[in-house]
Amino acid sequence: MRFDTVIIGGGLAGLTTGISLREAGCSTAIVSTGQNALHFFSGCFESLQEPPQRMLDLFAGAGVPLHFEEGVRLMPLGTFRPAALALEDIDLLPEPRFADKVLVVGIAGFQDFFPGFLCDGLEKAGMKCRSVQLELPELEKLRVSPSEMRSVQVARTLDRIWGKVLRETKRLLMDEDAVVLPQVFGLQDASVPDFIRRGLPVRVVFAGTLPPSVPGIRTQMLLKRRYEELGGTFLAGDEVVSAQVFGDEVLSVATRNLGSHCLEAGSFLLASGAYFSKGLKASPLDITEPVFGLDVEHAADRGAWYDPDFNADQPYLRFGVRTDASLRALRAGRPLANLYAAGSVLGATRPEFGTGAGLAVRSAFAAVDEILRRCAPQDDK
Amino acid sequence: MMMKMQENTVSPHNFEECMKCTVCTVYCPVLQVNPLYPGPKQAGPDGERLRLKDPEYFNYALKYCMNCKRCEVACPSGVGVADLIQSARIRYDRTPPKLRDVILASTDLMGSVARPFAPVVNAVTGLGVAKAVMDGMLKIDHRRTFPKYSGQGFEAWLRRRKKEQAAFPEQVAYFHGCYVNYNYPQLGKDLVKVLNALGVGVQLLDKEKCCGIALISNRMTKQATKHARHNMAVLRKAAVDRGLTVVTTSSSCTMTLRNEYPELLGVDNAEVRDAVTIATRFVFEKLEQGAKLHFKAGYHKKVAYHVPCHMERLGWGVFSEKLLRMIPGVEFTLLDSACCGIAGTYGFKKENYETSQAVGEVLFNRIRAANPEVVACDCETCKWQIEMSTGYTVMNPISILAEAIE
Repeated sequence: MRFDTVIIGGGLAGLTTGISLREAGCSTAIVSTGQNALHFFSGCFESLQEPPQRMLDLFAGAGVPLHFEEGVRLMPLGTFRPAALALEDIDLLPEPRFADKVLVVGIAGFQDFFPGFLCDGLEKAGMKCRSVQLELPELEKLRVSPSEMRSVQVARTLDRIWGKVLRETKRLLMDEDAVVLPQVFGLQDASVPDFIRRGLPVRVVFAGTLPPSVPGIRTQMLLKRRYEELGGTFLAGDEVVSAQVFGDEVLSVATRNLGSHCLEAGSFLLASGAYFSKGLKASPLDITEPVFGLDVEHAADRGAWYDPDFNADQPYLRFGVRTDASLRALRAGRPLANLYAAGSVLGATRPEFGTGAGLAVRSAFAAVDEILRRCAPQDDK
Repeated sequence: MMMKMQENTVSPHNFEECMKCTVCTVYCPVLQVNPLYPGPKQAGPDGERLRLKDPEYFNYALKYCMNCKRCEVACPSGVGVADLIQSARIRYDRTPPKLRDVILASTDLMGSVARPFAPVVNAVTGLGVAKAVMDGMLKIDHRRTFPKYSGQGFEAWLRRRKKEQAAFPEQVAYFHGCYVNYNYPQLGKDLVKVLNALGVGVQLLDKEKCCGIALISNRMTKQATKHARHNMAVLRKAAVDRGLTVVTTSSSCTMTLRNEYPELLGVDNAEVRDAVTIATRFVFEKLEQGAKLHFKAGYHKKVAYHVPCHMERLGWGVFSEKLLRMIPGVEFTLLDSACCGIAGTYGFKKENYETSQAVGEVLFNRIRAANPEVVACDCETCKWQIEMSTGYTVMNPISILAEAIE
């Protein structure tokens, strides 16, 4: 099978590239080895600069509106972090003290959300706090398998009865001027969080839960749907196992499911993620990129890969595939002419700033520009 | 040495690769509607950890798994989640299969008994009284529509055309499966028409048996393994001795021959695995290599393609999709991937009927929204489920192709 571009990786960087190239009229295939980091997405891009208009347009086109406002966001355990660009249901606050009195609303039986920690954090930031639990009989059946009462399961039920959550919250509200609710709304319908905001007489802030991330999964589903509606090919649950390279040109890649049926393309994008997605592989003595054997920037001494202090800035998170200035990946010190890299395989992620999502989108756009410069799209049927 | 050990540790179904990320639980269709099911993470790798310590931890609720494999498609770490669950059922569930399960699972035995009396059997299984009896005595849900049996089997039909087929310059063997032979020979005839148009003759295998997927899911493991060994011998004769490609028209048979034999039954298929391919992939590759089909002028059909779960697991939906898109006059919609809920014999069981229909509702709504003339799909049990539940006609992509060519 032949495409203009084959994209390795179906996460944020892969989907951004896929949608952009489809919109430009290129034929594309995405090979996705299972699901991706969007399932753990905070909903925040943490971009410290004004986002490019094309980014806002691309997300809006997929039904994922973003908003930009420099400030802070509330973290799941009641701390605050600088933030500027986020999904619409993630609140960007001008300062941590966003109210005088806050009502933190938990859900009975749902243990992946922490009203106690949240209250502590909010009080530290100078707010008065009270926490309550909603008893929702509709969720009782989920409690049959307590281990399965996760954010997504709760969200599936609440998508049907969010009106009731609204009424119950209103009833519990006393003199508070803000409400904190878990991010378990609008798995299928992105407009639910906004309905809740507009339905309550006070400020509503949504706080993160343990994974999986409901806003993240919604984003993944909508971006993938948009990509497929544009006619892009998405190979789910497949894995690129090898590449055929001639000189400095990648000719095709082979996948586990397609076997001898190789995917040929004019250009390739490596957006295969870092360690979790196996875009980078750490073995006891080396860090490698498994598909092309690309050069990976990393400390030679294993002892320098990590800091024993868990909370410290971990060096291994900055290891990644080497590229030239136009994001072409390097192998044995030389760029491959038609292989670009984007997203966390580049290893420029700094989790303490949460820059993974911003890096994914920005590097994807840079790669798209390079790919389009290299080859004008052919007519795709 | 520690480092070597770490590097060389390989666990069955990649069990130890599980990072407990919970992604599989997001995509399990059963978990979304049936709280009695512990979910793929708990039933699969989490439960396996306990079962390895003590088989007493085996949970009978694992029977609610439909083996749709969506957890495996979603898993970022390559864990064979559904394989772990099915293997556990095979290994630890010692209760004998019920009579009902034996009847449902023995698709080829039932086919060869029922087929000679097809008109009578079809009339009876359509009757309210018979359905009430089956529901009451066997716990086969009375709300199900039963697949019809065909009076003439596909094997007999093709055997009569042996000479004519042998005249084609290129030959393939066809693993038709129970459905084409006993219920719907037309699909086999459509395949013959398409392949003949490409200059390819179609041969029967030397007495194939049911692939055994229903035997596996109903824990008739011994019989399933017997079928697998028999089929391996038959496939070897065609693929290794004669160098033939073996084409199929059912995504579930294909997945069973290629994946389930080694993963669940421990029957090695390495010699023939690459030779077994689904017809849409075979035809797509022929056309890609320059073969030509002559399409009817003025053909028009609005088609919505549903990727069956096992086709999704094979990763081959793309071939059916591209093939359908190639047909002049086909107005194509790709349905957002979702399980139809039938899962072979699963949905026929009284205790699963509600789950089965609730799972399918997402897909049914997408079909209604697309409102096509036909739904295209490579799986026979999806066909029964979608036709019964939505009223839309379902056709195998090969049948659509056969209809569109001269």
